Amino acid sequence: MFYETSPLAIVIFATFVAGVLWFSFRLGRKGQSAQGYYAAHGQVHWFVNGVAFAGDYLSAASFLGICGMIAFSGYDGFLYSIGFLAGWVVALFVIAEPIKTLGKFTFADALDARFNSRGIKLAVAISTLVVSVFYLIPQMVGAGSLVTPLLGLPHAAGVILVGAAVTVIVVTAGMVSTTWVQFIKGSLLVFFCGILTLLILNRGLEVNGGRPGPVDLTPQVRTVRPDGTVLVDGRLQSADHDLRPVGTILRLPARFGTQTATGPLGPLAYITALEDSTIVTWSQQTRVDAEGTHVTFTPEERPAAELMRPGGYFKGLAGGTLAGRLDFASLMLALFCGTASLPHILIRYYTVKDAAAARRSTVVGIAVIGFFYVLTLYLGLGAMTSGGLDPTDTNMAAPLLAKSFNQTLFAVISAIAFTTVLGTVSGLIMAGSGAVAHDLVENVCGVVMTDHEKVRVGKIAAVALGIVAMALGILFKGFNVGFLVGWAFNIAASANLPALVMLLFWPRTTKQGIIAAVTVGMLASLGWILLSADTYEKVYGLSRDLAPMPFSQPGLVTIPLGFLVLVVVSLLTPAPTRR
Amino acid sequence: MGLPDHRRDSSRSDGKPQQRDVPVVSPNRLGLGLCAIYVLLYGGFMALVLIRPDLLASRPFGGVNLAIAAGLGLIGAAVVLSAAYMIVRSE
Repeated sequence: MFYETSPLAIVIFATFVAGVLWFSFRLGRKGQSAQGYYAAHGQVHWFVNGVAFAGDYLSAASFLGICGMIAFSGYDGFLYSIGFLAGWVVALFVIAEPIKTLGKFTFADALDARFNSRGIKLAVAISTLVVSVFYLIPQMVGAGSLVTPLLGLPHAAGVILVGAAVTVIVVTAGMVSTTWVQFIKGSLLVFFCGILTLLILNRGLEVNGGRPGPVDLTPQVRTVRPDGTVLVDGRLQSADHDLRPVGTILRLPARFGTQTATGPLGPLAYITALEDSTIVTWSQQTRVDAEGTHVTFTPEERPAAELMRPGGYFKGLAGGTLAGRLDFASLMLALFCGTASLPHILIRYYTVKDAAAARRSTVVGIAVIGFFYVLTLYLGLGAMTSGGLDPTDTNMAAPLLAKSFNQTLFAVISAIAFTTVLGTVSGLIMAGSGAVAHDLVENVCGVVMTDHEKVRVGKIAAVALGIVAMALGILFKGFNVGFLVGWAFNIAASANLPALVMLLFWPRTTKQGIIAAVTVGMLASLGWILLSADTYEKVYGLSRDLAPMPFSQPGLVTIPLGFLVLVVVSLLTPAPTRR
Repeated sequence: MGLPDHRRDSSRSDGKPQQRDVPVVSPNRLGLGLCAIYVLLYGGFMALVLIRPDLLASRPFGGVNLAIAAGLGLIGAAVVLSAAYMIVRSE
């Protein structure tokens, strides 16, 4: 679909980005020692850190991705929300306090606290970089695809804008400015999604997106010709001749009689009324011929209740194959185990004073993130029935929902989506910078540095990573990259969680056991992913049937494998001497 | 370039055993117990999604269906358990 770029949108967008940068400079002027650059002096207030957790964690995948998935496929998007939040329970109850007590700047410090082994630092630094890069790509690609509809800029401009802004944020004052950017972003995101949810409930449900007349149920055909031009129903696409937005209410529940709108509804009444309504979604058929690729979007009438139970996205669930169910179970396990193993989350624990502050900030994080995920349900369902969806772009569901209220809100929500990318990417760059400068250069290569030099090397690493991030964001343009975040969770959970948990709870754990578990967990999950049906289809463009792996998400096998390797190798090597 | 007093920051400075003393981290029973409760809730819900998705479409409370109620319940349970943990541990 075409999106008009209004001067208002550009002004709001520029204000948001400039405001976030200005705040981060003002609040982050200190931070020039290593302790400041890598850990914000360990003096961040626990409440600020808790909100910053939300700003760090709630990536574009959480906001745009989940809203889009609920709007297009119903309940299954909410399963992601449930899994993403559940992982925080592991972080709070098992990981938070020990990792704070044992580490200094990076979580390699914590894993290595007992052993002083270069091997551990090397393995963990590499796994940190691998996980962070997989997490980074979808953020950068997302930034690129956001600026196109909002500002009318090409994809590369968005990627460079994010990359430059984030590099500036990190280089200014490292973890101090990163913390504040994440705090501001977390607050803005939850606040405005809350406002949007209130507007949804206040509007209630409306037949045909509030437009007069019956719902238009004629199919639409979008053709992409070999030269790249786009036709809609056989005529050249233009602002006046574009795809009709889709997704709306066809019939309200019988109790509303002949009304075409319910009026304001409470949170539970909204869901109940929707469950009893009949909605219009659409099916999609693709046909390729000499003229180009034709996609037909056919409106389909169905009870909304069908979309409010599992199985809309994870087709393997309702009566599906065993492989489909194992794939789902594996993903949910990886989400549960992955959160507490993500390097950019773990480094936030070094910004607070002590273990008690680490605990409190995690509780604040869980409350803010949990509240946000409840909001995603309303945003997704609201978008599904707003009559304003673009059937060609799941990521635009949340901004287009805002547009169904007014143009200003569209600009605000798009700008927030962009700052969302800023917050998460600065966390990732920070984690990578620590892994390169503190773990690799200082501890693995044994370069002895002054405090000042440590900061300088960290900043150089951050600039390099920023450039790599921009290159990857441009390179992966057009790829459907949302699933890369799932990969990052799988790799983090397989490589890092077994080592973290066993180090804490099994005194017989040896350094060889940790090195083997991190290496095998990382390589096994990465190898599995590269040989999976999803990758064959989405990345290599090959048939799914050629892939050797029985299902696509590795966690179900590779997380237990990490534990097994750690135990076996630890038992085969001499027990660590008690200090 | 490395001055001796800066080397104290480095975890490679083996000459100073007092720097290598590892803080004692003991497993915390309350946290593990609450984590086990959540594993049961989350695992039970996912088992239902995998084995009996039809049950989740039912509406035992008249209003919202079990899928939505359980999802919101799991999010609520995470917040309640973690708040309880914080309160007990602070005492």
